Amino acid sequence: MNTPKTSPEVSGMGHSMKRKEDPRFIRGRGNYVDDIQLPGMLHMDIVRSPFAYAKIKSINSEKALKVPGVLAVITGETLKKYNLHWMPTLMSDTQMVLPTDTVMYQAQEVAAVIATDRYAAADGVEAVEVDYEPMTPVIDPFKALDPSAPVLRTDKKDKKDNRIFHWQAGDKAATDKAFAEADVKVSQDMYLPRIHVASIETCGCVADFDRVTGKLTVYLTTQAPHAVRTVFALVAGHVGLSEEKIRIVSPDIGGGFGGKVPVYPGYVIAVAASVVIGKPVKWVEDRMENLQADSFARDYHIHAELAAKKDGTMTALRIKTLADHGYADAAANPSKFPAGLFSICTGSYDLKNCFAEVDGVYTNKPPGGIAYRCSFRVTEAVHCIERITDVLAQELKMDPAELRMKNFIPKEKFPYKSVLGWEYDSGDYPAALRKAMDMIGYEALRKEQATRRARGELMGIGISSFTEIVGAGPSKHFDILGLKMFDSCEIRVHPTGKALARFGTKSQGQGHETTYAQIVAEELGIPAAHIQVEEGDTDTAPYGLGTYASRSTPTAGAAGALAARKIREKAKKIAAHLLECSPDDLVWETGKFSVKGAPSRSKTIQEIAFAAYTNHPQGMEAGLEAVSYYDPPNLTFPFGSYIAVVDIDRGTAAVKVRRFVAVDDCGNIINPMIVDGQIHGGLAMGLAPALLEEISYDESGNITGGSFMDYLVPTSMETPSWETGKTVTPSPHHPFGAKGVGESATVGAPPAIANAVVDALAHVGVKHVDIPVTPEKVWRLLKEKGLAE
Amino acid sequence: MKHDIKMTVNGTQQEVQVESRLLLVHLLRENLRLTGTHIGCDTTHCGACTVLLDGEPVKSCTVLAVQADGAQITTVEGLEQNGKLHPIQEGFWEKHGLQCGFCTPGMMMTGCALLARNKQPNEVEIREAISGNLCRCTGYVNIVKAIEYAAEKLRQQ
Repeated sequence: MNTPKTSPEVSGMGHSMKRKEDPRFIRGRGNYVDDIQLPGMLHMDIVRSPFAYAKIKSINSEKALKVPGVLAVITGETLKKYNLHWMPTLMSDTQMVLPTDTVMYQAQEVAAVIATDRYAAADGVEAVEVDYEPMTPVIDPFKALDPSAPVLRTDKKDKKDNRIFHWQAGDKAATDKAFAEADVKVSQDMYLPRIHVASIETCGCVADFDRVTGKLTVYLTTQAPHAVRTVFALVAGHVGLSEEKIRIVSPDIGGGFGGKVPVYPGYVIAVAASVVIGKPVKWVEDRMENLQADSFARDYHIHAELAAKKDGTMTALRIKTLADHGYADAAANPSKFPAGLFSICTGSYDLKNCFAEVDGVYTNKPPGGIAYRCSFRVTEAVHCIERITDVLAQELKMDPAELRMKNFIPKEKFPYKSVLGWEYDSGDYPAALRKAMDMIGYEALRKEQATRRARGELMGIGISSFTEIVGAGPSKHFDILGLKMFDSCEIRVHPTGKALARFGTKSQGQGHETTYAQIVAEELGIPAAHIQVEEGDTDTAPYGLGTYASRSTPTAGAAGALAARKIREKAKKIAAHLLECSPDDLVWETGKFSVKGAPSRSKTIQEIAFAAYTNHPQGMEAGLEAVSYYDPPNLTFPFGSYIAVVDIDRGTAAVKVRRFVAVDDCGNIINPMIVDGQIHGGLAMGLAPALLEEISYDESGNITGGSFMDYLVPTSMETPSWETGKTVTPSPHHPFGAKGVGESATVGAPPAIANAVVDALAHVGVKHVDIPVTPEKVWRLLKEKGLAE
Repeated sequence: MKHDIKMTVNGTQQEVQVESRLLLVHLLRENLRLTGTHIGCDTTHCGACTVLLDGEPVKSCTVLAVQADGAQITTVEGLEQNGKLHPIQEGFWEKHGLQCGFCTPGMMMTGCALLARNKQPNEVEIREAISGNLCRCTGYVNIVKAIEYAAEKLRQQ
């Protein structure tokens, strides 16, 4: 652990400072979108399609408009007048805002009702009559690629099939050759099902267009307010929305996890309604709308093969994946990466050959392909390599820990160039795994497992040694809709030595108001308690690409440190002026400059700040401010090793996670308490898809898990008492050696649990089980193997 | 149909006229502007809307306002007394029992109700008590610690 260099009063890096945002939250004084109530505000509710694929023959609003309180019904035809019935997705695909003739998935927006209160709006929705002509939907993504499948995107000229993209990476010929020469080959199909981030706050907005000033203010559940402003300006410029007249405010956000990156049709309809009516319009989706229509994550059908020598040395990895994107590619990947960063699939291993392919397809399901608390398809890649590694271990009859140790990229090879082209910045993989094994008592657990097995009990131990790739990104490679993925910070030091720091990102619970203040405190020596952090208001914050993909600390956090260092440079000149010496004669220690060899001659940052406004050198601009737009030279590569212990009940087929040890390495740590909290939460969101969560569809395209009745978010009962540990391997290129941590656990946990379940059943020949590992799946395996009680 | 109802909310007598179908959570949030009570689902699963009704935790999205006629309601806004945080509020802050803050008010109200009937709950009892309140951020460990902290603090009082 990095030891703090500052005092608790300053609370720079390494202090478990209590969070600055909490006083308002524990008093119920947070300000979330649904808490905003403006004078004259109207409410919007949405009519949704009961069919997965249907022609709309007619929409009759007559009865709805007679409902007391209902003011308007907006349809695709209404928006078509303004050419706003379609919009771009973040992947440069297109999706409907409201349909004019066809619906493409169940729960798709069909019309919107505007009313004086939310009850009247809901009544209006009930009264809108839509006449549909159902068609046979394409639900199975494999069938979608069949030449006989109907082409779904008939809106696209010349589109002859349902393929969205084909992506590949690596040397196919070399990989095939390595497979031909391998002693051992294993292969496994695995499905990572559709899941939903299900943040406890759903999505919504309050759109407020002022007819007099022409200014549009939108309070929005967004993780990327600046990008949304620009998208609004580009999409609606032709109807007079100009970027300086658009203000996006992302107030307190009740969890994001990637689900609040996209622009949803509901936002656009509410904005259009406010502009046309001239009054504020609120739209907040309910939970069923949230689960059924908002962007999903995963839905990757993976076929993985791994080749190795007899001694367990991995030689080649080959992956073919089918990605079901629903009816539009509404992922939120960087433009040049249609399959996200799936090419991190060689993981923590020194693999010399790899060939990976992903094909994206359209089906009659909601659009998406976003992350679920992970950096652009990294979870899919990690699950694939960590699961197939265990399949290989089983084939070789080798301990999975030993197989990992044998194949880890050695510490001395960093920075390490992976075969698919990434430069891993730093790592010490054996140390993390060894620490996790020691914490959990690995060797003793293996003995216990043998004893229990002899008694007929089912106990499994599963390992996952993951490598993440976060902090996008170097702007030469990473952009979203052309917007380069830098991030920003602007600091103003006030005359009394207190500061305001604004960032281009947006916290959704990560604690930026605290950790960013600590970064600036570390650099300037101003107590973190006196650094006011602001984000999320595009009228005041510097431009940035937002918070997702664990990028805040690697990008905006770095910008915070660099802006502070610019301020320190200017402060040095002011101090030299005050101390009547040369800047070269000054040395910095936390919070003050002093004269070399004469430490009593010094000026604190507070004295310097006051002088910046009252006694600054002639010829120098007054004030003490700086802005930094940080473009990272590389991504960062957090890593860790997780070990899960599970017990399977032979009577109920329930899987209980008895223990879970997580050793993480996220480089230098800003606030250990917050890092642990991020890991805890990430682990729960890793356990969720491993054991509980899936959004599935029947063959007619009906969603079969569209509310919290069926979509099982983990409660306090399923989650174990997480045990966490750390190793610290700083990033060599980040200004203060940090890497980002918010998503590591979500990425690393699922294969540890899946591997533990398979391990519990390996002695009877079970080689794989798809997640979520539900009691039903386990029960089928127990029956098949004669183990059910 | 409109009904005249009376209730005490955080110690203040309220007399309001409500529609039969108005949910208690909407009465609190929109009519009384007590927006600390949140809405997270439609099926009584998430518990973000938990308030105390005559001391018992209820999910206010599944209670009609008219059912609360004559009741004593406590919301998160009623926890702090005379500028002093309730021990459960201290516990959540001290133990990092919250991140995005959205589930927090409901979670704290459920915790208060537990501590009113069990002064020294163990981890299993705490986990059972909050099993009807979903949190997506914290992984629950620090929420358990926060409630343990509050229990200890209350025992000392």
